[in-house]
Amino acid sequence: MAISSSLSADSKTLTIAVDGRFDASSLDEFRKCYEDVSNGVPVRYNVDLKNAVYLDSSALGMLLVLRDYAGGEAAQITITNCSPEVKKIFSISSFEQLFTIQ
Amino acid sequence: MTVESPGALKILVAEDSAADRLILQSMLQRSGHEVVLVEDGESAITAFSECHPDLVFLDVIMPNVNGIEAARRIKSLSGDELIPVIFLTSLADAESLATCLDAGGDDFLSKPYNQIVLDSKIKAFSRMREMHRTLAHQKDQISLHNKHLIQEQNVAKQVFDKIAHAGALKLDVIRYYMSALAVFNGDVLLAEISPRGSLFVVLGDFTGHGLPAAIGSMPLASTFYGMVGKGFSLADILREINQKLYQTLPIGLFCCATCVDINFKKNRIRVWNGGLPDNILYRHKTHTYERVRSSHLPLGVLSNRDFKADVQVLHLEKGDHFLMWSDGIQEARNRAGDMFGEDNINAVLDSGLPPAVIYSQILKNVQEHIGSTEKDDDISLVDIAVPDDDRVQALAPQSGMRNGYLEDWELSLTLVASSLKTFNPLSLLIHVISEVPGLRQNSSVLYTVLSELFNNALEHGVLGLESSIKSSPAGFAEYYRLRKEGLEALTEAFVRFEFRHETRQNGGMLTVTVGR
Repeated sequence: MAISSSLSADSKTLTIAVDGRFDASSLDEFRKCYEDVSNGVPVRYNVDLKNAVYLDSSALGMLLVLRDYAGGEAAQITITNCSPEVKKIFSISSFEQLFTIQ
Repeated sequence: MTVESPGALKILVAEDSAADRLILQSMLQRSGHEVVLVEDGESAITAFSECHPDLVFLDVIMPNVNGIEAARRIKSLSGDELIPVIFLTSLADAESLATCLDAGGDDFLSKPYNQIVLDSKIKAFSRMREMHRTLAHQKDQISLHNKHLIQEQNVAKQVFDKIAHAGALKLDVIRYYMSALAVFNGDVLLAEISPRGSLFVVLGDFTGHGLPAAIGSMPLASTFYGMVGKGFSLADILREINQKLYQTLPIGLFCCATCVDINFKKNRIRVWNGGLPDNILYRHKTHTYERVRSSHLPLGVLSNRDFKADVQVLHLEKGDHFLMWSDGIQEARNRAGDMFGEDNINAVLDSGLPPAVIYSQILKNVQEHIGSTEKDDDISLVDIAVPDDDRVQALAPQSGMRNGYLEDWELSLTLVASSLKTFNPLSLLIHVISEVPGLRQNSSVLYTVLSELFNNALEHGVLGLESSIKSSPAGFAEYYRLRKEGLEALTEAFVRFEFRHETRQNGGMLTVTVGR
């Protein structure tokens, strides 16, 4: 499976891990990951891009949709394990203004 | 899975032995099927055309036309429809059986016949026929839908092309290449000359491709052409476009864009880059370049409260070239799936080639890289040359296109009782004031000021209501009840607005007087 999610022990942090291409084809899978959390309401989100090889503007769009879902400006979303290429994409689109990027 | 009873079928049986014919007929009729009997291959073909059976049993060895030839003809008569042909055979050698299948036969039934085997075969083929029919029906539906979709897209495309028209792109200082994945392009390129003679160009790349992406270009294009034509500043135009896209596009759909305002007389360019790859200003004198990096979020992501329209200003010289492109250039893939990439672009930029050929060199290299593969993304590349003085003159706005904008003016509007009862003049006035480029960005403040002035004149001046009534919640309702009654009874009254606007060195002065 290309996208998987796991809830932390205290149910406060949802980690979504993307494996492979992160683009328009991931749309439904990505959304399901945070919409179908049954046990608990996460307050923090962690998008792990360790195994993501490619990210396009649709992926940026999906992150904005997650941000809106998680409370817009109040959302606490961290994007972790970004490769230098992925960091560059976030930098070009100034997404570090909206997300914590590591 | 449950097996449905196949129901009654019409079955054609071609068999030259009368005894076998009789046995098969009685077995089929016992299972409730309608049976058409013939004695040789030729009458089988005729009967097939006349009675359109659902299933055909053919003996292999028959007089006139044999079973194998009859199967061939029947298969070709049935066209796209699946009408199973089952050979009745006592043949045991594999080769003869293979010949039967080659002729289009679907299965065999060996003599002596067995009722259970016969019924199961009929059931199986009946199911196969159903599946085939469903599939054929779905295929027809899909191709019909596809045809409709293309027709609709073509109509929409005509509307789209009128709104996102070429504007000033025909100018010879601009060269551009744009490819589209579908009928619609997710990239948009617009250019227009302002009343003051500045060239405004915007290159935008919407999230995704095709129709959803193209929809966003409509508000972008209409706002861009409308405002550039009226002489608004780059910052005002960006704000307005951002606001429109933020309000109308769903979250997750946005537009990476570079917008430039180039004044060839003053030799300066203003650049706003939100989300596009670095723009390049390639110098004529030195064959070196400066990068304009994206420093903003794309258009349509932030509300106007957080949106920043600050631009980078660069000095231009004759012969310089300004280049911009969408990420489709970097991400263009070859057959092996490798991207064209940053390094290949830098190689061209660092080549020291004359500025005029950089554009064509990048385009050539990208196209060679892609080869004949399907393109991954919309690819857009734009080059704007800084022309020499003679050609700058040609860029001056034509007198016909200049719609003009408000500079020095006065306006007086008097509303008498009948109008005061029903009409709110504020949006009309704000509309007029917005024709002044410098005032538009303050229109929300002006709206508040005008609204206060108007309400004071009407409620306290004309209707004589005291604000003190509103000091309690109950009084608040009372106040508006009195206001309503007062307006209904109003006969002799007026409110007058007077506006005076003068343009000055660095802006202008608007004087507003409201009285009764």
